[in-house]
Amino acid sequence: MRHLMSPLDFSVKELDSLLALADDIEKNPAKYAHACDGKILATCFYEPSTRTRLSFESAMLRLGGQVLGFSEAGSSSAAKGESVSDTIRVISCYADICAIRHPKEGAPLVGSQKSLIPVINAGDGGHQHPTQTLTDLLTIKQKKGRLDHLTIGLCGDLKFGRTVHSLIEALVRYEDVSFVLISPEELRVPSYIREEVLDANNIPYKEVERLEDAMADLDILYMTRIQKERFFNEEEYLRMKGFYILDPKKMELAKDDMIVMHPLPRVNEISVEVDTDDRANYFEQAQYGVYVRMALILTLLEVQV
Amino acid sequence: MINVGAIKEGYVLDHIQAGMALQIYNDLNLKAMKDCTIAIITNVCSQTMGRKDILKVECPLGSIDLDVLGFLDHNITVNVIENETIIEKKKLKLPKQICNIIKCKNPRCITSIEQELDQIFLLTDAEKEIYRCKYCEEKYRSHKHNKLN
Repeated sequence: MRHLMSPLDFSVKELDSLLALADDIEKNPAKYAHACDGKILATCFYEPSTRTRLSFESAMLRLGGQVLGFSEAGSSSAAKGESVSDTIRVISCYADICAIRHPKEGAPLVGSQKSLIPVINAGDGGHQHPTQTLTDLLTIKQKKGRLDHLTIGLCGDLKFGRTVHSLIEALVRYEDVSFVLISPEELRVPSYIREEVLDANNIPYKEVERLEDAMADLDILYMTRIQKERFFNEEEYLRMKGFYILDPKKMELAKDDMIVMHPLPRVNEISVEVDTDDRANYFEQAQYGVYVRMALILTLLEVQV
Repeated sequence: MINVGAIKEGYVLDHIQAGMALQIYNDLNLKAMKDCTIAIITNVCSQTMGRKDILKVECPLGSIDLDVLGFLDHNITVNVIENETIIEKKKLKLPKQICNIIKCKNPRCITSIEQELDQIFLLTDAEKEIYRCKYCEEKYRSHKHNKLN
């Protein structure tokens, strides 16, 4: 039995198979519509995350399975002081596979240790969110046709953004990948990502402060939200906030086949005028999130179609 | 010159960084070995280290957790003594995993709320002596580095 705790749990070869399965699901949804008949997914969400939970539930329902679960700790036995380990052991008796979201880092791993069913980490604090990374990889694969020979621009809050860190860790395993890291000085990628991931793998990267300075080089632009409170002071925020807002004018600088991605929700970092640009892919990305979760459920349940 | 008597059975922990012997004594919980004679010798002249500390522990063999010692400082030389003779000089290695020796300090880690969980750290970079919490992957540099830095 296998669990998914980190995007790096899958080898590149296993990831290829998973993405190929997701691709087949997208092309032939009817073939998979009853693949999980009689199976139950438990969504154990100790903190609210409507988007991720609904994506998991949609994935299982589209496979013909059923779902049960809770969407906040208050409505679970955690409120009575039950450990994650005990909760998941009991859930193992009710369901065939389980997705756990928890504000504490490592909680899904604790849950998996005594679980009788596969456990998927659906986000644990600022630590890992592997199905977001799988979603991002599938989007890139489907839209660019490859995961290698790419220049990826990562823009916004690169210090605290776990999706960005996980995506970098996943992409450095492919050939000829380079990064442009676009952020204010105080929100740069943490040194351990630069030293232990980028430098350790001899991955070329550059750090710039303005989006305009990077646009022309990029095959992919991955936008993230910058929260105002992350800036040191109001003056800095006002000076720099425009640097990280993607608008049609900045899109003019980009290649015709560049794609724009965003884990969503966005606030104002991508202006709505960009939505109609063919290169905007963030809503399709959400759709790919369902396909990749379908592929993941099938893989972990070892269902052959 | 101070003479400390030879030990019949036990360990001589040599090449401890000067000033660290008491820390090692506490971390190995030698205080609990109430029937054992223990000598703490500090600031001994050393050709290789300038100054060093030494711990002599008269105890049955196997009473000291050498894995823990490897984590605390793998440069320490462990002389194993039997019948007042050194029968082995053990070279310590960084253990791949340590359990309930150090605590994860990350307030967002699951171990911060589920107290019954074992505190497990895994060696993720032997060269830089970096351990990470098994659950949240928070970095913990080895004891020696913490002291040095």
